Amino acid sequence: MVVLFFVFLTVTWFLLYALPGDSVAQQFAGNPNIPPEARQVALERLGLDKSPLIQFRDYMTDFFRGDLGVSFSQYPRPVIDIIAERLPRTVVLFLTAMVTYYWAGFLAGKYLAWKRGRRGETLITVSGVGLYTVFMPWFALMLIWLFSVQLDLLPLSKFLDPVEWREAPFAANQVFMRMFWVTVTASVVLCAVGWASARAVDRRWGRLLRWGGGVLVIAGFVGYWYGTQPGQAMRVYAGDIAYHLILPVMTLTLVNFAGVMLLTRSSMLDTMREDFILTARAKGLPERVVRDRHAARTALLPVATSLTLAVATVIDGGVITETVFSWPGMGQILVSSVQLEDIPLAVGAFSFIGVLALIGHFVADMLYGLLDPRIRVTEHG
Amino acid sequence: MAEKLETASEVDQGPQTVGGIGGIGGGDGVAGVGGGTAAGGGAAGPVVTSYGSWWRIRLSLLRRSVHDNWVIFRRNRMGIAGLVIIGFWMLMAVMPSLFFATGFWNRAVYDPVTGLETDPPTRTVIMVERVTDPRTEIDRRAVLMDGRIPSDLGLGDTFELPLQPAPPNSRHWLGTDPLGRDVLSQLMHGARSSFFLGILAATVTVVIATLVGSVAAYYGGVIDSLLMRLADLLIMIPGLALLIVIGSVVTFQLWHLAMVIGILSGFGGTAVVLKSQALAVKVKPFVDAARVAGGTGRHIVLYHLIPSVMPLSVLYMMFTVTAAIQSEAVLSFLGLLNVDTSWGLMIQLAHTQGYLLQAGEFWWLVFPAGLAVTLLAMAFFLLGRGLDEVINPRLRRR
Repeated sequence: MVVLFFVFLTVTWFLLYALPGDSVAQQFAGNPNIPPEARQVALERLGLDKSPLIQFRDYMTDFFRGDLGVSFSQYPRPVIDIIAERLPRTVVLFLTAMVTYYWAGFLAGKYLAWKRGRRGETLITVSGVGLYTVFMPWFALMLIWLFSVQLDLLPLSKFLDPVEWREAPFAANQVFMRMFWVTVTASVVLCAVGWASARAVDRRWGRLLRWGGGVLVIAGFVGYWYGTQPGQAMRVYAGDIAYHLILPVMTLTLVNFAGVMLLTRSSMLDTMREDFILTARAKGLPERVVRDRHAARTALLPVATSLTLAVATVIDGGVITETVFSWPGMGQILVSSVQLEDIPLAVGAFSFIGVLALIGHFVADMLYGLLDPRIRVTEHG
Repeated sequence: MAEKLETASEVDQGPQTVGGIGGIGGGDGVAGVGGGTAAGGGAAGPVVTSYGSWWRIRLSLLRRSVHDNWVIFRRNRMGIAGLVIIGFWMLMAVMPSLFFATGFWNRAVYDPVTGLETDPPTRTVIMVERVTDPRTEIDRRAVLMDGRIPSDLGLGDTFELPLQPAPPNSRHWLGTDPLGRDVLSQLMHGARSSFFLGILAATVTVVIATLVGSVAAYYGGVIDSLLMRLADLLIMIPGLALLIVIGSVVTFQLWHLAMVIGILSGFGGTAVVLKSQALAVKVKPFVDAARVAGGTGRHIVLYHLIPSVMPLSVLYMMFTVTAAIQSEAVLSFLGLLNVDTSWGLMIQLAHTQGYLLQAGEFWWLVFPAGLAVTLLAMAFFLLGRGLDEVINPRLRRR
């Protein structure tokens, strides 16, 4: 992991260093006629007068000390500050979208394979492929047009509604982080309940645990926002942020779910030919159990593998989505800093997007190992 | 399929050995050899001594395998749909040359970049205080904002309003954009740059990926692990974010972009897939035979591994084209690509001028370009899936 990240940083740095750009000229608003003295001063200030190897060493040590330089476009603000503010917003968008679209895609693919040969199949597959290959910025803007302009249901863009926040006693990030942690806690508890209920000895106890636990967690989640003091005060603002989150998540889900759907379908079809499915049917198990317990479980494996490959794609999609929706996350900062030629910010944002991809990759790998017991004994090769 | 491409590559070398194409074109000649091929099978090469008949047998084998594969492919209706859409856009890409050459289109009006409709259609409107019918009335206050209206008009005056994003009419079948350029012409030229980019990127990808894949598979060891770790890294990097960052430092030309996409995909995901295919081929007896017969590593990689990996690489070529078309559109939408005409640029113009959120009224600015990107990307994807069924017998309907 660390080695991979180091390599990634090195490649990024050398890529940007090797490319024919004049960062000094860019700082002087593209004026090529800079006096030589001023140029020298600028070079020294940016540390560009030293040899590349020393520059590289400086960059690396600074990076791991958390110093990514100062942004040109938001001048005295250090890059790391901007990133610290933006990173959680991207992570939330990314996680929510990832969970929704995997869930939706897997479900759709499962039914598509099970009902193979029905009339709707071609239609669903074609529209799935269409969504998968759609021109994303255009599609996102069309969704805005449909839902915000024509139907006037959802907000146009942005992270929050400034008018509502004018008298807010909280900073946006404070509310946002609170939302984030409450939701994460609730989901973790929910997962734990699900896990425990699946392993309960008595079937009846398991069902009770599942329903009771689920209702309790949801009640706790609602109760937090309505019952407790900080929750009550922040509720309106949190609701505003959640309201702004709907359309970006929807876009990402719609665009990405078809890939999962097609993959699940073909892996399901493969599984359904296996003998153990025939056995399960012969035993007289209900179709639903055969489908969900026997076929879908096995078909999940290749889909989980694709998770590792999908991380980069979803991050790319996130960059576009954030830009179109003016969602103030890493992707938007990346694009805007590139358009303003703010190199330190661009490199910083890109490195952290890389970190995000790396962690996502790692988690997906672990998840795969968890799902498939064979992975743990098989050697790499 | 492997057989087909193997033959195809030798057919390419054919003309030098045979010394003329004239003698082989005859359909009856090929039919005559048909029986012999059936008996000789794959070993036809060494059995036949004369170069002429060797060539004919190869050709008939090629024909037959193309025919067989076509029969399989034809059953996949989505693949056919993809092929039809690609054909349609190819036609679109050729059209403007034809139109300009025959004088049907005048360069001054229809050029995708510098063209200008100097005589746009007009609409008679009346200036009023409060607009009740936006098609015939214009707000008094809009005069100051809208440069097209002479400012000396008073309330109740009627005047001719030139329509600059003109709706489709007899001169401009898909209307004009806010700068008075023909949308259809831009669409056709956009198809051209998309094809250019997609095909170049895919070719670069395939060349690199087949080489990397088969070299890594054949030699193994250090070379293999180096190449595969590089591939892991490239798979992990979000490609679009990388392209955006590179776009911040250099100004992309279209072919730069094609190269970068080709290299990223060629050393990345495609190489991994092709390597696993090459590994499967490497353990086949004919590779051992070649090695025993004294074939060098270079020979085996070039003449045995690469041809057997080819069909799969053609498949991945299609997916690379899809990715390349989309990246191009996104980058030109973000204004990071130095390109004259592209579909992404058309969307960008409509977006920055605010027409995208009035998609209902200005549909000709919004839908043709957006759908074009989607359709072409989808067509290559569908074609890839269709070919997948030809190459992977496991996927076929039983």
